Amino acid sequence: MLERGEVANSWRRERWDSLRLLTPNWQSRLPGHRYEGPDPDGYMTMGEVIEFIERFATVSRTPVRTGTNVRSVRRTDDGYRVTTSRGEIRCRAVVIASGACNQPTVPQFTDAVPASVVQLTPFDYHGPTNLPDGGVLVVGASATGVQLAAELKRSGRPVILSVGEHVRLPRLYRGRDVLWWMDASGVWNQRHDEVDDLTRARRLPSPQLVGTPERRTLDLNALAAMGVELVGRWAAVRDGRALFSGGLRNVFSLADLKMQRLLDTFDEWARAHGCDAEVDPPERFAPTHVPESARWQLDLRSGEIRTIVWATGLRPDYGWLDVPVVDAKGRLRHEGGVVDSPGLYALGLPVLRRRKSTFIHGIEDDAREVIDHLTRYLAVRHSLA
Amino acid sequence: MTTIDNGVNVQALLDAREALKGAPEAAQFTWRASSKWQNGVHSTTTIQNFFGLGQEQSHKSETVFTADHPEVFAAEDNGITPIEYLLVGLAACLTAGVASVAQNRGIQLRSVESTVEGNHDIRGILGADSDVRNGFNDIKVTFTIDADASPQDIEALVAQSQKRSAVFDALTNPTNVTVEVA
Repeated sequence: MLERGEVANSWRRERWDSLRLLTPNWQSRLPGHRYEGPDPDGYMTMGEVIEFIERFATVSRTPVRTGTNVRSVRRTDDGYRVTTSRGEIRCRAVVIASGACNQPTVPQFTDAVPASVVQLTPFDYHGPTNLPDGGVLVVGASATGVQLAAELKRSGRPVILSVGEHVRLPRLYRGRDVLWWMDASGVWNQRHDEVDDLTRARRLPSPQLVGTPERRTLDLNALAAMGVELVGRWAAVRDGRALFSGGLRNVFSLADLKMQRLLDTFDEWARAHGCDAEVDPPERFAPTHVPESARWQLDLRSGEIRTIVWATGLRPDYGWLDVPVVDAKGRLRHEGGVVDSPGLYALGLPVLRRRKSTFIHGIEDDAREVIDHLTRYLAVRHSLA
Repeated sequence: MTTIDNGVNVQALLDAREALKGAPEAAQFTWRASSKWQNGVHSTTTIQNFFGLGQEQSHKSETVFTADHPEVFAAEDNGITPIEYLLVGLAACLTAGVASVAQNRGIQLRSVESTVEGNHDIRGILGADSDVRNGFNDIKVTFTIDADASPQDIEALVAQSQKRSAVFDALTNPTNVTVEVA
């Protein structure tokens, strides 16, 4: 196993200081290793996540070669040649486990933002103290966007949040963590070949969740109540002005309707499985409140905004992969982790084989199936040779 | 599902979606209109041809649209005002979306009606107040739908029709517009 930095490298270097896992501690489980602390319903801090993964590396006796950066992977007659910062490796099969979040994505019009405004991505952001005083425009309302908007608002700055399509979830539903419901009701186990629109499922933004000791909900209503101003999706820059979409109401409706449908699914599951008595009664949440008139433009030169935080998503980086298996949009071509090149596999990508594929506890089932395919591939190759 | 018929050939649309995924050139359409000044603020605009699927295309017949201003604008009122054509486009586009999405989701429609209201402060176009914009300040569309579906499913139909609407996008998001003298 090759690791460019240290074990749990991206958790150490590519996360902001206050981040906690979105999943509750009891869901942090890997084969032969699980959370055993005093707070199963809590959410791990980054320090705790790093410790958890380090311990797993130790107990699983994974042969990790740290400080080994992969520079290229090339196909050879009988497998792959992997060039690393510490020399070359020849192998018959490769599993790509470098994740889906290697680089921040930002819109093309960032160049048109006046130089007086500081621009940051989540990879540059550590906490409010490294931002200039004054207003902040957070772009994107995924888990990252809502968490940074809340933290920056609490630091005393005026915050505007630009909202496109998003996934709204309550932290707790009927007294249980919403991710308990995802797990128990089987939604998370839904397989890639059962999902209606797999392309869409793989592109879904992360849900508006935050892990806090108070287990609070951080949806757009919560942010508006804190004084965060909501505007539409940022569509363009014209003459130094940010122009926002006038379609804010509809992205609220879409997210509210999808959340309701998901909660209906949970209720049906609870009824069908006789669990109604174990949880609180069904509840419904207020629709996302539409501002009286959301502004659709903002003068970026006025000084109102000193900083823009681009929480507009992350993408994988396959710059080192010299095998033609990446599509025009930079996505790996694979079928449930079996990549379109013999002996090449992937793990840990969104809805790789199940909806839970990118969560810590979600990797186990995927890994078994992908590795099963890999060992059969090696066995067949071996017998042919 | 087989008994549902809103008159939309969803299969053809789904087939086109699949086919155009691999052929983005064929998906490039150009819609055209030709306009001619009549007199005063009265003009006629003609539409028949467009480009798409890699070649010139044509509507079955030519359509002529007459635009003018109402008598309260001291005009002859030979036709609706240009900004009202935006309401026509928005209503028609969202309605087409509702029918298509309903067909795709197996929802039988019995009636789909909507009213569209665009609030417009005409001090902008008159140059009476430079803080007032020329276009609509806001637009409100109200649908009344009778269908074999729950209120929640009907809400979802209307939300999805906005998500996939060309005119809704054109009105809510900025578009580069170039106007030249030939």
